[in-house]
Amino acid sequence: MSGQLTITQLEQKANDIREDIIRMLEAAGSGHSAGSLGLADIFAALYFNILNLDPKNPDWEDRDIMLLSNGHTIPVQYAAMAEAGYFDKEELLTLRKLGSRLQGHPERERLPGLENTSGPLGSGLSQASGYAYSLQYLDHIKHRFVYVVMGDGELDEGNIWEAAMFAGKYKLSQLIAIIDRNNIQIDGSTEDVMPLEDLRGKWEAFGWHVIEVDGHNIESVIDAASMARAITNRPSVIIAHTIPGKGVDFMEYDYKWHGIAPNSDQAKEALKKLRTLDGKITFEGAGVE
Amino acid sequence: MSYQIDHNALTNPKLEPIRAGFGRGLKAAGATNDKIVALCADLTESTQMHLFRDEFPDRFIEIGIAEQNLVTVASGLARAGKTPFVSSYAAFSPGRNWEQIRTTIALNNQPVKVIGSHAGVSVGPDGATHQMLEDIALMRVLPNMVVIVPGDSVEAEKATRAIAENGQPSYLRLAREKSPVFSTEESPFEIGTAYVLREGHDVSLLGTGAMSYQLLKAASLLAEMGVDAEVVHVPTVKPLDESVILASVRKTGRVVTAEEAQIKGGFGGAIAELLSEQLPTPLKRIGMQDRFGESGAPNELLDYFGLTAEKMIDNIAKFVRDTPQYHREY
Repeated sequence: MSGQLTITQLEQKANDIREDIIRMLEAAGSGHSAGSLGLADIFAALYFNILNLDPKNPDWEDRDIMLLSNGHTIPVQYAAMAEAGYFDKEELLTLRKLGSRLQGHPERERLPGLENTSGPLGSGLSQASGYAYSLQYLDHIKHRFVYVVMGDGELDEGNIWEAAMFAGKYKLSQLIAIIDRNNIQIDGSTEDVMPLEDLRGKWEAFGWHVIEVDGHNIESVIDAASMARAITNRPSVIIAHTIPGKGVDFMEYDYKWHGIAPNSDQAKEALKKLRTLDGKITFEGAGVE
Repeated sequence: MSYQIDHNALTNPKLEPIRAGFGRGLKAAGATNDKIVALCADLTESTQMHLFRDEFPDRFIEIGIAEQNLVTVASGLARAGKTPFVSSYAAFSPGRNWEQIRTTIALNNQPVKVIGSHAGVSVGPDGATHQMLEDIALMRVLPNMVVIVPGDSVEAEKATRAIAENGQPSYLRLAREKSPVFSTEESPFEIGTAYVLREGHDVSLLGTGAMSYQLLKAASLLAEMGVDAEVVHVPTVKPLDESVILASVRKTGRVVTAEEAQIKGGFGGAIAELLSEQLPTPLKRIGMQDRFGESGAPNELLDYFGLTAEKMIDNIAKFVRDTPQYHREY
């Protein structure tokens, strides 16, 4: 996209995305809060800096590809897409409702701009690998990149490691995976449920270039993606350390917010936190009592 | 003659594995469509994909023993505009990776072609683990999915070329052993069409896959027993050719199905659904009766499980004798 927004402007985009996530989830009455909020900075970086996209022409043939593997965090992608102009923001409030293009988990054919259908975990890296293989070996197109966002919990799935081996073998250098390393999954912390560490060492052993960043530092995320694009002899994975529920203090770090939506009181409280940057500023006329 | 179904063909048929037709068909399709890519999970020669690999090495992708990755990489390739064929043994694909097929191919509506080889008890000595019997049931319940069980190698070649161009998620079921070739280059093949191979008035024998040949042979033997059987070959299990099937059943008033798969949920299940809703008719289903296979020689197993013409005819004759012709004017 433009690539012209400043970091401060991108941070504001992330905040707007968070507010939309809260509004969508409250209206839907169900959905996944923690992961969606935790990914807001990364999606602001993706849709307003990293990805080469044209929201008015979703199937533009020179576009980058962005696949969401952990489909339950789709509210963050819908919010980013609306913010980027793929569709009107009002449609966000149809999330999870009958007839909506915004299904509870993403369905490609419903909404232009989605590249895959996901929800059942562990399949996105393979799909991204297939696309990246096509670009590198079949189409010989060098200027397009394939990004895939994965949760850390879904790294329990064997399908992920089949894909990790595959991408490593074929040195899919146009493939850039982003892991949302927020350390939670439904049953508790990832290290209690099924330990993932040494996570960096695992990916390196599979032949990947590994970059670790603070997933809430938008500048670092953008730099990491630039570095990943510059690696031409193997796939790259960005392990983005994030805080689940980031931006709404009563949701942060709490795995219980993985799979639930805020009620109206909680949503009001969350929006107040977001609009005042957690009380650091006053926001006259923000519509929050 | 568009089918080889004369006395000589039914007593001394030419034999070839159905999978060989797939190998030839994929190579031929690859020559005219450069979007076709082939992926295999370490069974390239067994599934006959080596013919394509040797001809188009740049469009062949070795996946290794990773069936989940096999179909999901194919989903990504399809999104990139390719027409991927993925092959393994049916026990593993769609046996192991069904959810990935459901989500990333069927619901995602990508034109990936899943090739399940070595289906049925005729796999033989490898035993029950490798004798896939549930794949028809698994695949025919998926929206968007086309399911084809070709009757012989010649038809398999045509079916392969047809799914290469149909633009839809598709499943093609193949078998390992040599089986009789009863169709010819001139035989028609269209996805979604059933073919009446022999006309009769006492009973409709509906077959899919190599069982259609057994039914032809059975019909010939039944004629000597005074039973006038119609044989309908149904290579496309989904979508079913309802008009041809129902027209035959309206005429005969009795139905027998035959498949080398579980009758529950399989081809027999599909016919039972169709008839019970649209034309309730007495039905007898030949196939695997809610049990797994076991080790043995292929022909020995087909005989043991009642899947040969010789083993079928007494059952069919008894069914015809004991069951009044139903409904003619229903």
